[in-house]
This record gives sequence, C-alpha cells and structure tokens, in this order.
Amino acid sequence: MSALAKFGKQPWLWAWVGAIAVWAATAAYTGGTGSGQVMSAALTFGAFFVIVALGQMFVITLGPGNVDLSVPACMTLAGTVAMKSMDGSGAMLPLGLLLALAIGLSVGAINYSLIRLLRIPPIIATLSSSFIYQSAAIWWNRGLRVKPPTELAEFTTAKIAGIPVIALCVVVLAAIGHVVLTRTLYGRGVIAIGQNPRAAHLAGVKVERIRAATYMLSATLAGLCGYLLAGFSGGAALNMGEEYLLSSIAVVVIGGTSVAGGYANVPGLWGAALFLFLLVTMLNTMGAGAGVRLVLTGLIIIGVIVAASGGKRTT
Amino acid sequence: MSAESDLIVRLDGVAKSFGAVHALDGVSLDLRAGECLGLVGHNGAGKSTLMNVLSGNLLPDTGAIVIAGQDVTAGYSPQTAMQRGVRCVYQELSLCPNLTVAENARISHPAIAGFGWRRAARALIGAKLDEVFPGHGISTNDVVGDLSIARRQMVEIARAFAVTDTPARVVILDEPTSSLDAVVAEKLLKHVRRYVEGGGTCVLISHLLGEVLETSDRIAVMRDGGVVALDAARSFTRNSLVAAMGSVAETQTAAAADGAVIRDGAPVTLRATPSAPETLTLTAHKGEVVGLAGLSGQGQTELLVRVFEHAPGTDVSGNVSLVAGDRQSDGVFPLWSIAENVSIGSLRQFLDGFLLNHDKAFEFSNRWKDKIGIRTPDMADPILSLSGGNQQKALFARALGAPAEIIVMDDPMRGVDVGTKQEVYAMIREEAQKGRTFLWYTTEMDELRNCDHVYVFREGAIVADLTRAEMTEERVLHASFRADA
Repeated sequence: MSALAKFGKQPWLWAWVGAIAVWAATAAYTGGTGSGQVMSAALTFGAFFVIVALGQMFVITLGPGNVDLSVPACMTLAGTVAMKSMDGSGAMLPLGLLLALAIGLSVGAINYSLIRLLRIPPIIATLSSSFIYQSAAIWWNRGLRVKPPTELAEFTTAKIAGIPVIALCVVVLAAIGHVVLTRTLYGRGVIAIGQNPRAAHLAGVKVERIRAATYMLSATLAGLCGYLLAGFSGGAALNMGEEYLLSSIAVVVIGGTSVAGGYANVPGLWGAALFLFLLVTMLNTMGAGAGVRLVLTGLIIIGVIVAASGGKRTT
Repeated sequence: MSAESDLIVRLDGVAKSFGAVHALDGVSLDLRAGECLGLVGHNGAGKSTLMNVLSGNLLPDTGAIVIAGQDVTAGYSPQTAMQRGVRCVYQELSLCPNLTVAENARISHPAIAGFGWRRAARALIGAKLDEVFPGHGISTNDVVGDLSIARRQMVEIARAFAVTDTPARVVILDEPTSSLDAVVAEKLLKHVRRYVEGGGTCVLISHLLGEVLETSDRIAVMRDGGVVALDAARSFTRNSLVAAMGSVAETQTAAAADGAVIRDGAPVTLRATPSAPETLTLTAHKGEVVGLAGLSGQGQTELLVRVFEHAPGTDVSGNVSLVAGDRQSDGVFPLWSIAENVSIGSLRQFLDGFLLNHDKAFEFSNRWKDKIGIRTPDMADPILSLSGGNQQKALFARALGAPAEIIVMDDPMRGVDVGTKQEVYAMIREEAQKGRTFLWYTTEMDELRNCDHVYVFREGAIVADLTRAEMTEERVLHASFRADA
C-alpha cells in the first residue's frame, strides 16, 4: 500500500496518465483505425521534443530566472550550417554532426558569457543572442533549403518492429540524462543551486562552473535536435525551431519539474512530450477548428498541471 | 496579581502530532497580563510548536485556546491572533527580503492605508526601532534582504511591538537574542521589562538561561512535548533549570588548551586580512580554535566567507568548510531530506567511479545523526520537519563530516540548546586536537572561552589580538567600542 501511495505521488505520473488517456480517446473516436500510426508519429515527434526539453530541464532547475530562450535559433543555426556543409553527401555525415554539436556548444558558451560577464538576466541574454544566431543562419545559406544526406533522412525515419529508431535512441539519451541528474556531482549541484544558490556556494558546490556547463549542455542538445530535425524534415528551414521555444518549456513543466527550480525529473519529459503531440492529434482527428483547438490545448494543459500538483497547493 | 481577571491567554490540553512525532502532548499553560513567561527546553521539546499554535500558524489536534475569556479555537488563524493582540517574532524570520523595512511594517499593520501610507509606515517602524534599539543604524528605506541577520531580527522585533489599530497584548519572542550581540540583546530585554511593567504579556523563548532567569517573572520548562516544570523565576537556578530540562548539569567549560603551546609548535594554516584600513591580520595555526569577537555585523562573516573562497587577501592552506549561522539564507536546502542536506558537503566520498552511491551517503548521514544527536525518526524526512536547533545540528554534521582541514563557523549556535552546545564544544575540541583548524565567529561571551585565541572586530577591521590568557569580557567589550564613542 505504501509503495502504491508513493507511486501515486510521483510527479511524472500525471503527464503519462494524460498521454495515455488522450491516446485512448483518439483510438475510441476512430474506432481503433490508425492508432498505431498515431503512436508511431508521437514517438518520433516526441523524441525531438525530449532532446531539447532535457537541456531546458537542467537550465530551469537552476532556479528562478533561468531559462534558455535561444533554443529555436540554435537549432536553426546548427541545422542550416550542418546541412550546407554536408551538401547532401553521406560521407560528411559525422562531420556535420560534430559541426552541429560544436555550434551548440559555442552558442551555450556565448549565452553563459553574456549572463556572467555582462550580468544580463538569462531571459534577456538568451532572447537577444538568439536574434544574432538566427541572423547568422539567414546569412549563411540565404534562406535556401539544402537537402540532407539520404543516410540521415533514412536514419531519422527508420523503424524497428514499428518503433521509430530515433525514439529508441532518445530513450537511451533520456536514461543517461536521468543518471546525470540523480547520480552525479553535477546533477546534485544543479538541484542544490536551484534551491538556494548562496547555500550551495557555501556548501562547496562550484556554482558558476555548473551554470556554465548547464547552458552549454542545453544549447548542445538544441544543436543535436536541429541536426536530426533537418534530416527528418528534408532540410533545414529558417522557421524550423519556432514551435520548440514554448514547447520545450511546456514539456519540462507538464513533466513535473518545478518552475521555481531545485526539483526535476526525466521520465515526465517523455510523458509530457507524448501528451502534447497526442493532444493536438486528438483535436485534429475530432475535427476541431483552429480556435477551439488552441483553447482546448490551453485548458487541458492547465488541467494536467493542477492534477499533478494535487494537494500540494494548499495556499 | 494572579487574579482571574489578569488572565489573558489560556491554552488547555493542546496536542499536536506530525505523523508519528508527538510535538505537543496535551499542554496547558496560562498567560497573565503584566508578566514575562520564560519558556525553556531542548531542541525539539515543542516550544516553537506551542507558540505556532498560539499565533495561529498551526491548528491543534485537540485542546482549546482561550483568549480574554473567549474560546477562539474554532477557525483560529494568524489573522484572528493578530486581531486579538497576539504577536509573534519567529525564530525563522518572517520578513519579505525584497521589500523595505517600512513596507514590511505595513504588511502586518493593515490599518496603515491610503495616501501617505509609506510615510506612516516609516514613522511607525522608525519610532519603535528608536524606542527599543536606540542607535540601531537602520534606515526605514533599507531593503530587508540587504540587512545583516541581526538587523533583520531588530526590525522583526520592532514590528511586533508596534501598535496601530489592534493592541499588542501578548508578544511571543522565539530566540530573539540568538542573532544579537550582548549590547543589543540587553536593550531588548530592558524593553521587554518596560513593556511588561506597562501591563503587556511576553513569552520569551531562549537557550541563554541567564537572560531567561533575569527577565522572566515565571518560567515554564518543556520536555518531549509537555510542560514539566512551571514556577516563579526566582525559585529556579541555572542548575535546577538544566536539571528540569533533563540533561546533566553543565560542567565548567573545559579549559582550552594552552594557546601559547599550539602557537609556538604548530605551522600556520591560514592568514587573512580584512579589507578595512588600519587592521591587524588574523593568523591561525594547525589545531587551533580561533575566535572572532566583537559586536555583531562588524565584518566577521565577510572575513569567514573570504577565507572559505580563498579570496585575495587571504592565504589559506587546505580545504575549508563552513557552518552557516543564518541557516535560512546560507545553509538549508528546503526541498531536500535531512540526509541529503548533511551529505552535500562530502559528496566526493560517495563516488563509485563517476556515480554517487546514495546508500553510502545515507549511511554516512545516519552515523552523524547518532554522533551529533539529530532528533528525527528518519533521516529521509524533509529537513524542514526539524526544529531550528536540529536543523543547525544537521549543518554542523555537514561541515564536520566534510573532508576539510579548516572549518569556519558563522555564529553557528543560534537556537541550539545547552546540552547540545556542550557536546558540540567537545566535538570541536576533539577535532582540533586531530589537527583541524577552526575559525569561530560568535556573539556569545561564553563561547569565546572555548577559543585558544581571539580577534576582536570593529567596523570591518580587526582591532585587538588577544591570547587565551589575555582574554577577558572587559577587554573584548573595551575593544568592541571606539575610544571616542
């Protein structure tokens, strides 16, 4: 009983409950036809969400005011530069990947420098720097869509036994993220800083080193996501990161991570990513108009967050 | 004097449990007009819980609260407590750090409203500060977060005594002097007597038995959630109080080791110079316990933090760990368990390769639970389930358990009871003999007697350098004030 009660208090539970409920509702509406394809699509798109949300989760956990708004621009820059450099050649695949990761890493380093050296609040620093990254992407390829190498396109759409390969890879990535969060000095440090940065410093946590690493991690994951997404969607487009700005934050919050910092969990990211995708799919299937769809999306997200916080919100 | 009509508050059979822990076990207590009731007991005896019930923050499981003859138990809340004139100065201060002193005063005095409220709030809190703590040096426009913990404490106290539309009939002071130096504490206790003689009622919770004996009319001793002794203050002595609390009578502080011997033989582990002009330099040798004295907020904490950071102007050989005194802002991680709060200081010890072994960390914190006597059924419980003094013990365990040669302590005994203090003193002495160096900032004269060497601070500078043999209360006080002041 107490094990069950403890399970019921897991913060990630509600995102999963929501995802399964929405999927079941869709399947019931269509009489079961196509529910396999819907799940497969959800796993693919969910994987992209989870990659960026993983980085965003570490940033948000650093505490109030910490958020990385440069995710979309970083994805776009990494995607365009990598696609143009590879120019459709499969042999260049690893080089393109390295390039995308290196761009992410540099973007993170620049973001952190702005925050630290110029003492700009993270929201402003990452938002303003993202204009520069976005402009750099425009300047780099003049807005043309370069086709990705076929090998990359094949990888991002491949399936094993009906399950997208990319989803399997991102499950492994999330598992690594979970271990980093819960069982490394870095992860403990992030959670300590999110609760009380001054106490963390005085307890011997290397606060600034960890903040730097976190912003670099977030941007590097965004770079990786940009690379894979460009491969999946037939090339890098200048608006490819757009919807990842708010959804990277929404996935983190719906997944049960505290917006106030100091508390995070990884399983919720997957639950929330699937939930968000399946929710939109359900409303589309049911033929809801654009306006109704947005209103319902907002209301249902609020519902899940209220359910997840349960009795804790007594004030 | 003790006529029924003087009765202000009656707590009748108040019980309160948190899970399996019985914090209060049917406590009955009367408060009368024109008296100061001293409340003493070990950490976790239930003193703060009882006062939280009286001030409306906790609802009792059973029992009644009667104020001025009226049973107010049903729906009792902090608001009703305020309306009925019950004020509380909490051990964990309740000011909003992002607001100014005047704005904080307005929060608990909603009668201040309309145009010019800011001016009215400034006048109210400023006048009370001047009355209770003359020469306090606080501007009512200061942002509370920028004030030292001693000054925040003064603001909180002045706010509780200030009167607008509701009277201040009962003022509860929970460890009010723990962050104040002797001079300011004296001003407060004098004010308490004036207030009580004017017909007010005061509850004074303190671990400093001397001030309780001197200030109170009656004293209640609590142990394990109940009142075990209640009598006129004059019928108690220091020793009988300690005995009633249930610990062995305090033995005379073991004389610190002969400082000169350590100084001559041991290598220097650290030197630090405050940034103020015309200052002496602090030197500490291996195995020494060095005291930082003076009035509170004279640059002692700043120097400790600089030593901790190995900042320029300091020459520190070895790792440093810190025991925070201002536990809310410098010490506690509120979302974590007690075990996590203890082990954060020594995580490297629990690494298996790159990964932390949580079992090892938990075992480590359990060892410290026994060693330092943290009162909890389970170290996996949240840190905030502990009383203030027990949280402080957890912070001690964090620092002493860490692999550090030098330990700096920022007035670390705030809210720690007498028995535990003696144990911690002994532990510090033992660790020093093993070769650790301690820097110990304290505002309590008694604690300086545990130090081998004392430096007195004034206005950010070190103004006196006293060996164990030279250290007397007079000399420390003398150095704490400017010759022309």
